[in-house]
Amino acid sequence: MIINHPLLGPRDSAEFVYLGDASLIDRPDPETATAEDWHAYGYLRDNPAGELRELWFHEGGDRSWLVVTRNTLTHEITSVEMARDVARAQGRSK
Amino acid sequence: MSVHDLEPITALGGAAPQVDTVAGLTCTEVTDLALASVAARLGQEKACAKKLKALLGDAAPGPGKALLAAPFSAMWMGPDQWMIGADFATHEDLEVQVKTALRSTASVTEQTDGWCCFDLSGDGIAPVMELLCPVNMRSLQSGDAQRTQIHHLGCFVVCGDPDGFIRILGPRASAGSLHHAIVTAMQSAL
Repeated sequence: MIINHPLLGPRDSAEFVYLGDASLIDRPDPETATAEDWHAYGYLRDNPAGELRELWFHEGGDRSWLVVTRNTLTHEITSVEMARDVARAQGRSK
Repeated sequence: MSVHDLEPITALGGAAPQVDTVAGLTCTEVTDLALASVAARLGQEKACAKKLKALLGDAAPGPGKALLAAPFSAMWMGPDQWMIGADFATHEDLEVQVKTALRSTASVTEQTDGWCCFDLSGDGIAPVMELLCPVNMRSLQSGDAQRTQIHHLGCFVVCGDPDGFIRILGPRASAGSLHHAIVTAMQSAL
C-alpha cells in the first residue's frame, strides 16, 4: 500500500503507524461536554465497510500526522491531508 | 571547584573520530557539528521564515530539502520546522545565536548533543543505503534531505553529492548501533 504524502510524495505504508478514526480530532469542548460526549469520543467508533477517514503517523519519515481517506474494502486511498490543516479548517489549534 | 582531568569523547566513545573504510567507501564519525532546531510559533510562520532567510542568506529549505551553505546550513524537518547546523568550533552556542536572530517568532532548541553524525564518502553509497533504509538513494540530488529509519532508528539522510557524499544524522544515544548498522551494510554490499 502506498500513501501519497502531501509534502513528500508517495511513501510505502510501512513508514507509517496507524492510529484509527480521524474523529479523534474532534475532541469535545471541556467547558461544555457531558459525560456522554466523552464516552462517545473515547469509545464509540463507526466501523464502515467503505470509505473511512483515519489518522496515520509518518513515524519513519517527517513525523507528521495525516488524515487518510481509505476504503476499508479495497484499501484504495482517495485523499491524504495534513492533519493539522484538517484540524485548523475545523477551527482547532487557536 | 574545577576539574581539569576530563577528556572530551566522541559519540562512539573514542578520543578521536572513528573512520571505517570498506572497499572505496569511507564512513567518518563527525564531531565538529553544532545543531539547533527551529520550530516557528503558531501565527508567526511568515515572520519566522523572513528572519530565517536573513540568518541563512537564502530561503529556508522546503520539504525534503536542505540548504548546504556556510556558516549556517539548514535542513527541513517538518512543516515550519528546521534543523540548523554550523561548525562547532565557531558556533558552540548555536542555539543562542539562532534564538537571537529569530527572537519570539520561533522556539529554538539546542540539539548538538542529541545527535551523532556519520559522513559516507566514496564509491558505493547507493547499494549500502539500499540495505539500510527505504530512501530512494538513486533519485537523490545534491541538497535533498530525508528523514527515514535506519536500524529502527529515526535518522536524517542528507545528500551532498549523489555520486560520492552523504551525511547521516542519528540519535546520539544509539550511535554505536547506528555505526554498527552502517559498517555492517558496507561490508555486505561492497
